Amino acid sequence: MYNFTPLSALTGGLIIGCAVVLFFYTTGRLAGISGIFANAFTSKANRSSNLLFLLGLVVGPLGYFYLTKAPINFEITNSYLFIIIAGFLVGLGTRMGGGCTSGHGICGISRISVRSIIATVTFIFTGMLTIFILQQFGIYL
Amino acid sequence: MSEKIFSLLSGIIFGVGLVISGMTNPEKVVGFLSITHNWDASLIFVMGGAIIITAPFFYLLKNKNKSLLDLDINLPQKKDLDIKLLIGSSLFGIGWGLVGLCPGPAVSSIALFEPITLIFLLAMLAGILANKYI
Repeated sequence: MYNFTPLSALTGGLIIGCAVVLFFYTTGRLAGISGIFANAFTSKANRSSNLLFLLGLVVGPLGYFYLTKAPINFEITNSYLFIIIAGFLVGLGTRMGGGCTSGHGICGISRISVRSIIATVTFIFTGMLTIFILQQFGIYL
Repeated sequence: MSEKIFSLLSGIIFGVGLVISGMTNPEKVVGFLSITHNWDASLIFVMGGAIIITAPFFYLLKNKNKSLLDLDINLPQKKDLDIKLLIGSSLFGIGWGLVGLCPGPAVSSIALFEPITLIFLLAMLAGILANKYI
Protein backbone atom coordinates (compact mmCIF):
# COMPACT_ATOMS: atom_id res chain seq x y z
CA MET A 1 0.00 0.00 0.00
CA TYR A 2 1.19 3.46 -0.95
CA ASN A 3 2.20 6.08 1.63
CA PHE A 4 0.36 4.11 4.34
CA THR A 5 0.84 5.44 7.91
CA PRO A 6 -1.49 3.42 10.15
CA LEU A 7 0.24 4.13 13.47
CA SER A 8 0.25 7.92 13.24
CA ALA A 9 -3.25 7.81 11.73
CA LEU A 10 -4.53 5.75 14.65
CA THR A 11 -2.75 7.94 17.22
CA GLY A 12 -4.17 11.10 15.67
CA GLY A 13 -7.61 9.50 15.51
CA LEU A 14 -7.54 8.57 19.21
CA ILE A 15 -6.57 12.17 20.08
CA ILE A 16 -9.38 13.54 17.88
CA GLY A 17 -11.77 11.18 19.67
CA CYS A 18 -10.67 12.59 23.05
CA ALA A 19 -11.30 16.13 21.77
CA VAL A 20 -14.82 15.20 20.63
CA VAL A 21 -15.57 13.60 24.02
CA LEU A 22 -14.18 16.56 25.97
CA PHE A 23 -16.21 19.04 23.89
CA PHE A 24 -19.41 17.04 24.25
CA TYR A 25 -18.94 16.23 27.94
CA THR A 26 -18.36 19.88 28.87
CA THR A 27 -20.46 21.91 26.42
CA GLY A 28 -23.13 19.33 25.50
CA ARG A 29 -22.53 19.92 21.79
CA LEU A 30 -21.17 17.74 19.00
CA ALA A 31 -17.81 18.68 17.50
CA GLY A 32 -18.94 18.83 13.90
CA ILE A 33 -16.53 21.30 12.39
CA SER A 34 -18.60 22.35 9.37
CA GLY A 35 -21.39 23.29 11.78
CA ILE A 36 -19.08 25.07 14.20
CA PHE A 37 -17.49 27.00 11.32
CA ALA A 38 -20.84 27.92 9.75
CA ASN A 39 -22.39 28.96 13.07
CA ALA A 40 -19.34 30.98 14.06
CA PHE A 41 -19.91 33.21 11.04
CA THR A 42 -23.68 33.13 10.61
CA SER A 43 -25.23 32.73 14.07
CA LYS A 44 -25.00 34.68 17.32
CA ALA A 45 -25.62 31.57 19.44
CA ASN A 46 -22.40 30.26 21.04
CA ARG A 47 -20.41 32.52 18.74
CA SER A 48 -17.42 33.10 21.01
CA SER A 49 -17.26 29.44 21.97
CA ASN A 50 -17.36 28.42 18.29
CA LEU A 51 -14.67 30.95 17.36
CA LEU A 52 -12.48 29.74 20.23
CA PHE A 53 -12.83 26.13 19.05
CA LEU A 54 -11.71 27.23 15.56
CA LEU A 55 -8.85 29.21 17.10
CA GLY A 56 -7.83 26.03 18.92
CA LEU A 57 -7.78 24.15 15.61
CA VAL A 58 -5.10 26.60 14.46
CA VAL A 59 -3.22 27.07 17.75
CA GLY A 60 -2.94 23.30 18.40
CA PRO A 61 -1.01 22.57 15.19
CA LEU A 62 1.05 25.77 15.61
CA GLY A 63 2.14 24.66 19.09
CA TYR A 64 2.74 21.13 17.90
CA PHE A 65 5.06 22.20 15.08
CA TYR A 66 6.81 24.72 17.31
CA LEU A 67 7.48 22.18 20.06
CA THR A 68 8.29 19.10 17.98
CA LYS A 69 9.95 20.75 14.98
CA ALA A 70 8.14 18.09 12.95
CA PRO A 71 8.31 18.59 9.19
CA ILE A 72 5.19 20.13 7.65
CA ASN A 73 3.79 18.01 4.86
CA PHE A 74 1.27 19.79 2.71
CA GLU A 75 0.69 18.79 -0.90
CA ILE A 76 -2.25 20.37 -2.66
CA THR A 77 -3.34 21.16 -6.20
CA ASN A 78 -2.04 24.48 -7.52
CA SER A 79 -5.27 25.15 -9.41
CA TYR A 80 -7.09 28.14 -7.93
CA LEU A 81 -10.16 27.15 -9.94
CA PHE A 82 -10.24 23.75 -8.21
CA ILE A 83 -9.71 25.35 -4.80
CA ILE A 84 -12.59 27.80 -5.26
CA ILE A 85 -15.04 25.22 -6.66
CA ALA A 86 -14.05 22.70 -3.98
CA GLY A 87 -14.39 25.19 -1.12
CA PHE A 88 -17.80 26.29 -2.37
CA LEU A 89 -19.05 22.70 -2.71
CA VAL A 90 -17.70 21.75 0.74
CA GLY A 91 -19.48 24.75 2.32
CA LEU A 92 -22.75 24.24 0.44
CA GLY A 93 -22.75 20.44 0.69
CA THR A 94 -21.94 20.19 4.40
CA ARG A 95 -24.70 22.65 5.31
CA MET A 96 -27.25 21.04 3.04
CA GLY A 97 -26.30 17.58 4.30
CA GLY A 98 -25.91 18.70 7.91
CA GLY A 99 -22.35 17.58 8.52
CA CYS A 100 -18.87 16.70 7.35
CA THR A 101 -16.18 14.14 8.15
CA SER A 102 -16.27 15.05 11.85
CA GLY A 103 -20.02 15.62 12.39
CA HIS A 104 -21.31 12.69 10.35
CA GLY A 105 -18.15 10.58 10.01
CA ILE A 106 -17.06 10.56 13.66
CA CYS A 107 -19.87 11.89 15.90
CA GLY A 108 -22.76 10.48 13.85
CA ILE A 109 -21.31 7.03 13.24
CA SER A 110 -20.36 6.61 16.90
CA ARG A 111 -23.94 7.53 17.87
CA ILE A 112 -25.08 4.90 15.33
CA SER A 113 -27.13 7.51 13.45
CA VAL A 114 -28.47 6.02 10.23
CA ARG A 115 -28.50 9.46 8.58
CA SER A 116 -24.81 9.93 9.36
CA ILE A 117 -23.84 6.46 8.17
CA ILE A 118 -25.63 7.09 4.85
CA ALA A 119 -24.09 10.57 4.59
CA THR A 120 -20.58 9.22 5.24
CA VAL A 121 -20.93 6.42 2.69
CA THR A 122 -22.27 9.00 0.20
CA PHE A 123 -19.48 11.55 0.53
CA ILE A 124 -16.75 8.91 0.53
CA PHE A 125 -18.31 7.43 -2.61
CA THR A 126 -18.62 10.75 -4.50
CA GLY A 127 -15.12 11.71 -3.31
CA MET A 128 -13.69 8.47 -4.71
CA LEU A 129 -15.67 8.92 -7.93
CA THR A 130 -14.34 12.49 -8.28
CA ILE A 131 -10.74 11.31 -7.88
CA PHE A 132 -11.34 8.46 -10.33
CA ILE A 133 -12.71 10.84 -12.98
CA LEU A 134 -9.87 13.33 -12.43
CA GLN A 135 -7.36 10.51 -12.83
CA GLN A 136 -8.86 9.65 -16.22
CA PHE A 137 -7.91 13.20 -17.28
CA GLY A 138 -4.38 12.78 -15.99
CA ILE A 139 -4.93 14.71 -12.74
CA TYR A 140 -3.89 13.03 -9.44
CA LEU A 141 -1.99 10.04 -10.82
CA MET B 1 -16.32 31.31 30.99
CA SER B 2 -15.39 27.67 31.47
CA GLU B 3 -17.43 26.83 28.34
CA LYS B 4 -15.09 29.07 26.34
CA ILE B 5 -11.98 27.56 27.91
CA PHE B 6 -13.15 24.02 27.19
CA SER B 7 -14.09 24.99 23.61
CA LEU B 8 -10.60 26.34 23.03
CA LEU B 9 -9.02 23.31 24.69
CA SER B 10 -11.14 20.89 22.63
CA GLY B 11 -10.15 22.74 19.45
CA ILE B 12 -6.46 22.59 20.39
CA ILE B 13 -6.59 18.85 21.07
CA PHE B 14 -8.61 18.24 17.88
CA GLY B 15 -6.08 20.24 15.85
CA VAL B 16 -3.10 18.35 17.31
CA GLY B 17 -4.86 15.08 16.51
CA LEU B 18 -5.47 16.19 12.94
CA VAL B 19 -1.81 17.07 12.41
CA ILE B 20 -0.51 13.84 13.97
CA SER B 21 -3.01 11.83 11.91
CA GLY B 22 -1.56 13.33 8.72
CA MET B 23 -4.99 14.49 7.56
CA THR B 24 -3.92 18.14 7.35
CA ASN B 25 -2.02 17.06 4.24
CA PRO B 26 -4.52 16.98 1.34
CA GLU B 27 -2.32 14.42 -0.41
CA LYS B 28 -3.20 11.87 2.31
CA VAL B 29 -6.92 12.44 1.77
CA VAL B 30 -6.59 12.21 -2.00
CA GLY B 31 -4.59 9.01 -1.45
CA PHE B 32 -7.48 7.53 0.53
CA LEU B 33 -10.04 8.51 -2.09
CA SER B 34 -7.84 7.09 -4.85
CA ILE B 35 -9.20 3.59 -4.41
CA THR B 36 -8.06 2.24 -7.78
CA HIS B 37 -4.49 3.57 -7.79
CA ASN B 38 -1.88 3.80 -5.00
CA TRP B 39 -4.54 3.56 -2.31
CA ASP B 40 -3.62 4.92 1.14
CA ALA B 41 -5.99 3.50 3.79
CA SER B 42 -4.68 5.74 6.63
CA LEU B 43 -7.91 7.75 6.85
CA ILE B 44 -9.82 4.66 7.98
CA PHE B 45 -7.47 4.40 10.97
CA VAL B 46 -8.08 8.06 11.85
CA MET B 47 -11.86 7.66 11.82
CA GLY B 48 -11.63 4.27 13.50
CA GLY B 49 -9.34 5.58 16.24
CA ALA B 50 -11.68 8.48 16.94
CA ILE B 51 -14.79 6.28 16.97
CA ILE B 52 -13.21 3.76 19.38
CA ILE B 53 -13.03 6.63 21.89
CA THR B 54 -16.28 8.44 21.11
CA ALA B 55 -18.70 5.50 20.67
CA PRO B 56 -18.55 4.19 24.27
CA PHE B 57 -18.81 7.73 25.66
CA PHE B 58 -21.85 8.61 23.57
CA TYR B 59 -23.41 5.34 24.67
CA LEU B 60 -22.75 6.01 28.37
CA LEU B 61 -23.91 9.63 28.15
CA LYS B 62 -26.92 9.04 25.92
CA ASN B 63 -29.55 9.60 28.61
CA LYS B 64 -28.02 12.75 30.06
CA ASN B 65 -29.81 16.09 29.53
CA LYS B 66 -27.13 18.35 30.94
CA SER B 67 -23.40 18.58 30.34
CA LEU B 68 -20.72 18.81 33.01
CA LEU B 69 -21.03 22.60 32.85
CA ASP B 70 -24.82 22.30 33.26
CA LEU B 71 -25.48 23.24 29.63
CA ASP B 72 -28.29 21.65 27.63
CA ILE B 73 -27.22 18.64 25.60
CA ASN B 74 -28.22 19.20 21.99
CA LEU B 75 -28.23 16.15 19.77
CA PRO B 76 -29.66 16.00 16.25
CA GLN B 77 -33.23 14.70 16.46
CA LYS B 78 -33.81 14.03 12.76
CA LYS B 79 -34.09 10.35 11.95
CA ASP B 80 -35.60 10.31 8.44
CA LEU B 81 -33.53 10.25 5.30
CA ASP B 82 -34.23 13.09 2.93
CA ILE B 83 -33.03 14.24 -0.43
CA LYS B 84 -31.09 17.18 1.06
CA LEU B 85 -28.93 14.77 3.08
CA LEU B 86 -28.06 12.82 -0.06
CA ILE B 87 -27.51 15.79 -2.38
CA GLY B 88 -25.61 17.75 0.26
CA SER B 89 -23.34 14.83 1.15
CA SER B 90 -22.75 14.12 -2.55
CA LEU B 91 -21.72 17.72 -3.22
CA PHE B 92 -19.48 17.73 -0.16
CA GLY B 93 -17.79 14.54 -1.39
CA ILE B 94 -17.12 16.07 -4.81
CA GLY B 95 -15.55 19.16 -3.23
CA TRP B 96 -13.58 16.99 -0.79
CA GLY B 97 -12.24 14.87 -3.63
CA LEU B 98 -11.33 17.82 -5.85
CA VAL B 99 -8.57 19.08 -3.53
CA GLY B 100 -8.53 16.79 -0.49
CA LEU B 101 -9.69 19.32 2.09
CA CYS B 102 -12.63 19.07 4.48
CA PRO B 103 -13.55 21.77 7.03
CA GLY B 104 -11.33 20.68 9.95
CA PRO B 105 -8.05 20.33 8.07
CA ALA B 106 -8.91 23.46 6.05
CA VAL B 107 -9.06 25.52 9.27
CA SER B 108 -6.01 23.82 10.81
CA SER B 109 -3.91 24.39 7.70
CA ILE B 110 -3.93 28.12 8.51
CA ALA B 111 -1.23 27.07 11.00
CA LEU B 112 0.87 25.74 8.13
CA PHE B 113 0.98 29.20 6.54
CA GLU B 114 -0.51 27.97 3.30
CA PRO B 115 -2.29 31.03 1.84
CA ILE B 116 -4.13 28.89 -0.71
CA THR B 117 -6.27 27.46 2.09
CA LEU B 118 -7.55 30.95 2.93
CA ILE B 119 -9.09 31.05 -0.55
CA PHE B 120 -10.62 27.65 0.15
CA LEU B 121 -12.09 28.90 3.44
CA LEU B 122 -13.56 32.02 1.78
CA ALA B 123 -15.13 29.86 -0.93
CA MET B 124 -16.43 27.55 1.80
CA LEU B 125 -18.05 30.51 3.56
CA ALA B 126 -19.64 31.52 0.24
CA GLY B 127 -21.05 27.99 -0.09
CA ILE B 128 -22.42 28.15 3.48
CA LEU B 129 -24.15 31.46 2.71
CA ALA B 130 -25.43 30.15 -0.63
CA ASN B 131 -27.17 27.30 1.22
CA LYS B 132 -29.26 29.84 3.12
CA TYR B 133 -30.75 31.09 -0.14
CA ILE B 134 -31.53 27.71 -1.70
